[in-house]
Amino acid sequence: MESNPVEQELAPEIEDIVEERISVASQRQLIWWRFRKHRVAVVATALIVIFYTIVIFADFLATNVPADSEAFRGLMPPQQVHIFDGWKPSPHVCAVTGARNPITYQKDYVTDCTEKIQVRLFARGYDYKLFGVIPTDRHLIGLSDDTLRPEDYIYILGTDKQGRDMYSRLLFGTRISLTIGLFGVALSLVLGIVLGAVSGFYGGLIDNLIQRLVEIVRSIPSIPLYMGMAAAFPHDWSILKIYFAITIIISLFAWTDLGRVVRGRFLTMRDEDFVTAAMLSGASQRRIIFRHMLPSFYSHIIAAATLALPLMIIAETTLSFLGLGLRPPAISWGTLLQDAQNVQTIALTPWLMIPAIPVILVILALNFMGDGLRDAADPYSN
Amino acid sequence: MQSPEPETVVTDEDTGTRPLLSVEDLQTYFFTDEGTIKAVDGASFDVYSGRTLGIVGESGCGKSITAKSILQIIDNPGRIVGGQVKLSSNGDASKNLLEMEPNGEEIRSIRGGEISMIFQEPMTSFSPIHTFGNQIIEAIRLHSPLDKEEAHGLAVDWLRRVGIPSPEQRMSEYPYQFSGGQRQRAMIAMALCTEPRILIADEPTTALDVTTQAQILDILQTLQKQNDMSIIFITHDLGVIAEVADVVAVMYLGKVVEIGPVESIFSSPKHPYTKALLSSMPTIDAAPRERMPSITGAIPHPQNRPSGCSFHPRCPSYMSDICGLREPDLVSIGTDQQASCFLYGRN
Amino acid sequence: MLGYLIRRLFYAVLAVWAVSIISFFIINLPPGDYVTSYIAQLAIQGNIIGAEEAESLREYYGLDQPSYVQYLKWMNQIRQGNLGFSFEFGLPVNDVIGERLVLTMILAAATIVFIWIVAIPIGILSAVRQYSIWDHTFTFFGFVGLAVPDFMLALIMMYFSFVLFDFSVGGLFSPEYVTASWSLGRGFDLAQHMIIPIIILGTAGTASLIRITRANLLDELRKPYVATARAKGLSEWRLILKYPVRMALNPAISMTAYILPFLVSGSIVVSVVLGLPTVGPILLKALVAQDMFLAGGIILLIGWMTVVGTFLSDLLLVWADPRVKFEGR
Repeated sequence: MESNPVEQELAPEIEDIVEERISVASQRQLIWWRFRKHRVAVVATALIVIFYTIVIFADFLATNVPADSEAFRGLMPPQQVHIFDGWKPSPHVCAVTGARNPITYQKDYVTDCTEKIQVRLFARGYDYKLFGVIPTDRHLIGLSDDTLRPEDYIYILGTDKQGRDMYSRLLFGTRISLTIGLFGVALSLVLGIVLGAVSGFYGGLIDNLIQRLVEIVRSIPSIPLYMGMAAAFPHDWSILKIYFAITIIISLFAWTDLGRVVRGRFLTMRDEDFVTAAMLSGASQRRIIFRHMLPSFYSHIIAAATLALPLMIIAETTLSFLGLGLRPPAISWGTLLQDAQNVQTIALTPWLMIPAIPVILVILALNFMGDGLRDAADPYSN
Repeated sequence: MQSPEPETVVTDEDTGTRPLLSVEDLQTYFFTDEGTIKAVDGASFDVYSGRTLGIVGESGCGKSITAKSILQIIDNPGRIVGGQVKLSSNGDASKNLLEMEPNGEEIRSIRGGEISMIFQEPMTSFSPIHTFGNQIIEAIRLHSPLDKEEAHGLAVDWLRRVGIPSPEQRMSEYPYQFSGGQRQRAMIAMALCTEPRILIADEPTTALDVTTQAQILDILQTLQKQNDMSIIFITHDLGVIAEVADVVAVMYLGKVVEIGPVESIFSSPKHPYTKALLSSMPTIDAAPRERMPSITGAIPHPQNRPSGCSFHPRCPSYMSDICGLREPDLVSIGTDQQASCFLYGRN
Repeated sequence: MLGYLIRRLFYAVLAVWAVSIISFFIINLPPGDYVTSYIAQLAIQGNIIGAEEAESLREYYGLDQPSYVQYLKWMNQIRQGNLGFSFEFGLPVNDVIGERLVLTMILAAATIVFIWIVAIPIGILSAVRQYSIWDHTFTFFGFVGLAVPDFMLALIMMYFSFVLFDFSVGGLFSPEYVTASWSLGRGFDLAQHMIIPIIILGTAGTASLIRITRANLLDELRKPYVATARAKGLSEWRLILKYPVRMALNPAISMTAYILPFLVSGSIVVSVVLGLPTVGPILLKALVAQDMFLAGGIILLIGWMTVVGTFLSDLLLVWADPRVKFEGR
């Protein structure tokens, strides 16, 4: 069709403006517009941003040193933060007194609201380094310094068996569990992209070999393998070493999904005109793969990576839960949930199950976000 | 519902006066998240016994949707929102197909019984995991009391009639074992084995090469004569229309803009759109190196249908005082030709 | 079809081999060799083994030879049906695993049946009534089902059945049947105890199968052959069940091969939480104690089981989709 003077004479109705906006929008804008329409995905993304903010500011948000234990306050139930005292704004938590039950030998705690422990925002607490560099002792909430007595305490989500603060531990567990997922995804991305790209770009025998490898890796149950490998870590390894070793093991098996996405894209794209054009103009294969082909489906890769992240998190959490992943004193969602392994504990001290909530929330949110991204990744599909 | 009769007796008088199928002001809209798309917006035409009506138009003009609307087999989110589709039965009363329950027994006995349909894509129009035999026998047994064996015999018969070699053996084969032309033949056999009074052929030759196309048209015309069947032939190919149609309806953006006998449409088109369509057809007597004329502009997005006459932004005879403001109705020009254009009266 | 079958069989054999290599690798992962661990274990129990005896044990397992010889020796043993000796239990690995492996298989198979029975009708309903309340509800539950890790679902189920019904979930048999021999009563008892583990294990698979069935059926419903069938005058449900559903079942069958490994993985974890007498808790115990012949044997057997299951679902696909028979002819 030829260019068309008639159409330009049309009254500039709003719809035309919309259409024009679409026709000049960049790929990124188109994806963003489509993604925005997916309400649940947007909410999920906001949630993920919040969680990663927690990862960054875990120290600032914490109220206690996560490793500090107070043996005489083991398994204390959560203290509720009251903002008002009567009608007067005066944030405080109530004192909790514990006594051993002479029959069960369990510690029974009683909340005693006649004794109030004052709390405030931006309180002084333990020393830490913000972002790992700025030394400070301010925390978002904490015990009020002016009325502070040495015996005061705050345990917003209660304590575990050793009397450690569940709330602060949960924040630090979030930090570990969410970053281990990121490293794992990064590692599997590298594996997935390289193998997927080689497979999809060259096709033929190499493709066949890599696909068989993928198929075999996928047909083997992964958890027992993770378990087998993780169990072999020497007991004297540092937390950091185990952390990386686990990431590597999980990635070794998790790259296959990403590899498949990348391969599929390459296969369909190999015959596109712009690739042929690049080949004809003498671009090197590496240049074609990394400059021409990969950028055209970044969005798909991001979507696939988002969907791979929850699998990583589940894998780490499961392994640590079984006692084969991260081990105490390392804190992760998995190690936190280890305390909630049997019916008696969860029935008597249900707050030990609280770490299950962020796990489910994050995994759900990542799935929704990944789904939204995947749908938006093809801005021209509709 | 009476059982479909193999040979519907149609008197000459019937042929002349009363249409077999009459579509009046059909409206089919698609309700999507982005807005309503008026795929068919007031299409009207008649189909006479033993004759072929050609519906022609660019892709997206609503011709396929019109065909599917007749049988009420529109996919979601499409809905027929108005109009009538009257099928005259053997007696004198005619039935409005659109008043029937969308998936009720009544309309289902007409689908594939009195009115059959064949589709553009012979590959994807068959289920790939069922044998041809299975799919054809199913069609026969839905509309007749024959048992499996008898239906099998009839199916083989029909495969032979449409020119498929060794039909007995091919009954147990799957669609991907057939060539495109053979699939379309089988499709025709499946549509005609119930001896329908009307066949709706939706771009039946578009996906085929020219030779096969000619063979398929040939089969259709032969069988039409043998069975005294009406055909609604939908295509964007004016050459095919000229060959098969008795009456031609030209559609643009969901409306019939011109309708008339094939000779009149080709020799003296009235609507500017029809003229433009015809002039964009390659001809033998075009001057060498002459640029082929094309219709200016693109088909508007169905959601931004222009106001007034929907062709006005592309129309060479655009009149600023009326075309963009009012919608023209179909007006008679001569004895049996009609066009909706203000050039022929401003009723 | 023969070509397809031979290829699938070849891959299965390849996978069997790969599993054996990986299992052997895992057996050899812990520092020190098996005999050293064994001696250390015996020393804890107060039995001291002489250097001579240790040496003969080493020789028996080929520990003084290169690892490929050890691998071949291990494989040769397995060929004779001997998985080695578990020092953690003081029994041959075969005796330790025995019934537990059968129960693992029963649990996995029953879960697959459960997933099919639940997911396929829901998937069909969700697709045919797209955007209805049912569709939205199931889609939401599908997401939740996929998001909650198995072990956490087990914890949650445990918590609620304890709090609400004062009923503690666990085990696969009532006390009177634990050691009884197989009988109708025992089978019935097993079936009753399996319900909750099956629901826990099957949730994620059900969720993904619903999504797959729904998505595929939605695709199929838009295909021209559906219009053809409709134009024939078939009734809507008959049409949907005969054509698009039949087509959408093929990906569902391939999907079974894909979820089987996840099921087996999940059953290990869920069994640990619920204390089910499958190989799961034994594997964990063996790994913690570094009883590597037991652990390696379990990993090998469940790996093989999965490969066989995958192969079986490949066969099922041949039966279900005639196109596969002609693929790559």
